[in-house]
Parts: sequence; C-alpha cells; structure tokens
Amino acid sequence: MPLSRDQVRHVALLARLGLEQGDEDFYAEQLSGILRHIDRLQELNTDAIPPTAQVVEVAATLREDVPRPCLTQEEALANAPAAVDGFFRVPSIQEEA
Amino acid sequence: MRAVGWEVVIGMEVHVQPTTRTKMFCGCAIAPLNAPPNSHTCPVCLGLPGVLPVINKAAVEACLKTAVALNCEIPRHTKFDRKNYMYPDLPKGYQISQYDLPMSHDGHLEVGERRVRIRRVHLEEDTGKLVHAGDRLHKAWESFVDLNRAGVPLMEIVSEPDIRSAEEARDYAVALRTLLRTVGASEADMEKGQLRAEPNISVRRTGTTELGVKTELKNINSFRNLYRAIDFEVKRQIEALESGHDVVQETRGWSDAEQRTFSQRTKEFAEDYRYFPEPDLPPLELDPAWIEELRRALPELPEARRVRLVSQYALPLHDASLIAAERELADLFEGAVRAGADAKPAANWIIGEVAPGGSVPTINQLADVVKLVTSGSITRDQGREVLAESIRSQRSAGELVAERGFAQVSDESELEAIVREVIATNAKAAADYQAGKKQALGALMADLKKKAPNANPKMANEILQKLLQ
Ligand SMILES: [Zn+2]
Repeated sequence: MPLSRDQVRHVALLARLGLEQGDEDFYAEQLSGILRHIDRLQELNTDAIPPTAQVVEVAATLREDVPRPCLTQEEALANAPAAVDGFFRVPSIQEEA
Repeated sequence: MRAVGWEVVIGMEVHVQPTTRTKMFCGCAIAPLNAPPNSHTCPVCLGLPGVLPVINKAAVEACLKTAVALNCEIPRHTKFDRKNYMYPDLPKGYQISQYDLPMSHDGHLEVGERRVRIRRVHLEEDTGKLVHAGDRLHKAWESFVDLNRAGVPLMEIVSEPDIRSAEEARDYAVALRTLLRTVGASEADMEKGQLRAEPNISVRRTGTTELGVKTELKNINSFRNLYRAIDFEVKRQIEALESGHDVVQETRGWSDAEQRTFSQRTKEFAEDYRYFPEPDLPPLELDPAWIEELRRALPELPEARRVRLVSQYALPLHDASLIAAERELADLFEGAVRAGADAKPAANWIIGEVAPGGSVPTINQLADVVKLVTSGSITRDQGREVLAESIRSQRSAGELVAERGFAQVSDESELEAIVREVIATNAKAAADYQAGKKQALGALMADLKKKAPNANPKMANEILQKLLQ
C-alpha cells in the first residue's frame, strides 16, 4: 500500500525536512518503492537465522577510563553559526504560548 | 496519602550517572558543575562528522555491578541503538542508548517489606544543557546550548509498577542510592543531578486490575520533592476521576516554588524515535568470567546488612531497616558499637536524633554521648545538647560535660546529704508521704531538682524513698 501524504509529511517533520507544494506525491512514490522492496525481503524465511545488528564480525572493544584533552571553548564554538558567552546560540525551541 | 477506595500504582525510571572520569564514548573528562560552558567537549561528543564512539569500560563495569547488586540477569550479548529525535541539546540528532538488548534485565530490590521488580538496567549518554532567554511579548526567544554534559554516561534503571505510595517511591529511591554508593557505582547525589527519579503514576479503584492512565513526572531534585510531587499528583488524579474528568497521559513537571505539578506540553512530534542498531558500535560481548569476578568482589549489600544488624546486634527489624537504609547511618551505628556504645541505645540515638536532623556526628562523638547517657552520668536532654555542640564545635563530649557542669552527681554519700536537706526543708511533704500520700514524693523530687539539677534522678529517688521508710 503506498504511503499517504500525511505519512510523508510526518516522516519529513521527524527528519526536519521542508516540503514544497507537490513534494508529498513525489516522495510518497519513492518511499513506497523502498517499502515494496523491504516487503519482498520479508517473504524470505529467516526463522533459523539469528537477528543481525552488524555485518562486521567483530565485538566492541572497551576504552580505559582515562581523560584525553578536550577542545578549548573557542575551538568548540569555532564553526557555530552563532555563539554568545561561550554558548551555542540557537533559535528558540520553546513553545510560544 | 491513603485515599479510600483507590490504589496507587507507581513505576520508577531512575537515571544515574556512574562514577567515571570520562564520558561514555569519548575521552572528555566529566566537567565539574561550575565549569565554563562548552569547555569539556571534543569532536565525538559535539557530533562532528567522521568520528567514532568507543565505549568506556568503567561505565560498563559500574552498570554491571549495579545490575548484579539488583539481582538482574545479564545476557552474553548486548548492543547499543540510536534513539532519533531532533533537539538542540542533542548535537548528533540521536542519543546512543539501548533498546531491545539492554545490559541487564529482570532483577529486584527489597524496599522495606516490599520487593520492587527491576525491568532493566541499561547504559546511555546524557544530553547537553539548554538555557532559554527572551520574552513572550517580543517573541525574541532564543536558546543557549552547553554541551559539557553531552555524552556523560548514564545508567537507566527501570522498575516495574510495583510501588504503591509516595512514601514507598521515596524509600525506593533512597534504597537505590544506598545500593549504588555501597557497590561504588555512583555517588548518586540527587542535588548534583547524579540521580534523577522520574516516577510514572496512575490510580485505579481498589480491587480492579486494569492500569489507569498514567502521567510521568520530571524535574524532581530531592527525595522530599519526590514524595511531595507524587503525593500532589495522586490527589490531582483522584480528584479528576471522582469529579468525572479524565487523566490525560502526559509528562508533567514539578514546580518547587508552587508545590504542584504542571503539564509540560510538547509539540506534537509524538514520540517516534525510530530506534535502530548503532552502526558505529559492534555488539558488546559480556564475558561471564568478568561478571563472576564483579559479583565476588561486591561488598556487603544493604539488604544483607539489614539482616546482619538484626542477628549480630539483636536490633528489632524496624530499627535495622531504618539504619541499613543509609550507609552513613549503618557505618555510624557499627562504629559506635565498636567504640563501646551499647547497641540498642546507639540505635535509638541514631533513629531519634541523627536520622531526622541535618548534621551527622562522627563515630566517637556519638559513642561518647551514648555511653555518658547510658551510664547515667548525664541526662538524655543534656546528651542531646552535648551531641549538637560537639558536632558544631568539634570538641569532645567529656570536655563539654565538664564545662557545663552537666556531670551528674552519682556519689551516694553526696546524694544522701542533698536528700536530707530536701527532707528538712519540706517537712510537711515528707510527713504526708510517710502518712501514705504517695504523690507527695513529686514535690520532694521537684525541690531536689531545683537544689541539685545534676543529681542522678534515679539514684536520688531511691535514696529519698529509703530515708522516708
Ligand atoms: Zn568528547
């Protein structure tokens, strides 16, 4: 079943993507194609295969708890679009009443 | 509160910062509370492209110790997942957490008489801190971001909804803190944000089994407020339901200033975290030999200590529970007994004087006062005063007793002289007593107290009765 326009808008919102007029139908078709492909994969019987979270055959290594030098505040903020008093400055994320 | 006809159902989500020197996935040192903003970051915790996380062994170890102490099952394999959401305190756009294969699951913690089941204990990373500025009128809102805390390790301890009152919820959090400190997993200081408790609360009619609609409480920064916030929320829900309204499933904050909970409406990008396995971290194999080693190295846990306080010192279970609930109190108790104080009086002093008060005495301060009172050298009231003063001034109890002239007169001949004087000046009361008016003894004792406030009252009373026979 193809994705609805509402579902496309919801996915776009979650990913913080702006959609233009008419984009919904375009992406609905593309995303539905991907889902159809996944549906085909689902037809395979994988009962005997353990779930795979990683395709690389290594286990994670652990790091000793030893501090390493941090960036300075200036370095940390160097690429920020806006900074003030050592903070990153971002547009409001608070609710407007 | 006990609301007639209603049952309160509480589950707890507790975030704990394990004691580590560095962050969860990078070598940045944990910033002190007063560090300048963004002074403890690196490309990994800033979420810059092209970097890879590496798991902090000490955080895993703290989580495993906690899991073992909470009687959890620990699987052979565990993995990390991405929890995706957009918020400026989260520079990567996702939090590395654990979804379907947590570090541990299915344990329990004994809290007083109740066993609270633990659903899971897993590891994740903290977010940055946001400061908001601007005013409503001009809509000049902006937010300031400090990423010192971004990537700090957190253990999330999730209980089953087994808690039945605000009091039990507070006791659960205290018991958890004691356990974490005992095993050395965390300092768990609530005021420093090292332990954050988020209760979810619902109520249902007594006798029904279906869960009611729940609310989740946030921004609680002390055990006292944990109790108050839940108490308020329970009353609010019952009032709503009894007046025919619904409880709305939502997150509510606690306002310390107003002593009430309030709705924290968020934009309706409803929780849709699209968890998927963290591709930057291979699965983690947990070696059973390592876990066995951690299990063997665990110190005596609070529950075991409670049992031992009963068997070794013959304390009533109630006293042992109160004392074992906080490691500081239990250490004080056992230390004072080793320093020569009798067990039951030492327990009484800790429960009656130390636990409710703010400042905790040293072992010797407490032991000295308990010994002085038990031997009858000073009265209980004087003991209270001496204890408070020796905590304040760090001077010895003996010195303070001498300075204040508190030392009770327990010398028999000295007491007899005082008693004879009392009888002489109160001849009528003495005669009344001898004539069978037993309450006349009160007047005599009162005068004795006035003449010789330091007289050992028990001994003086005995001598008085003997001389009037
Ligand atoms: Zn870092």
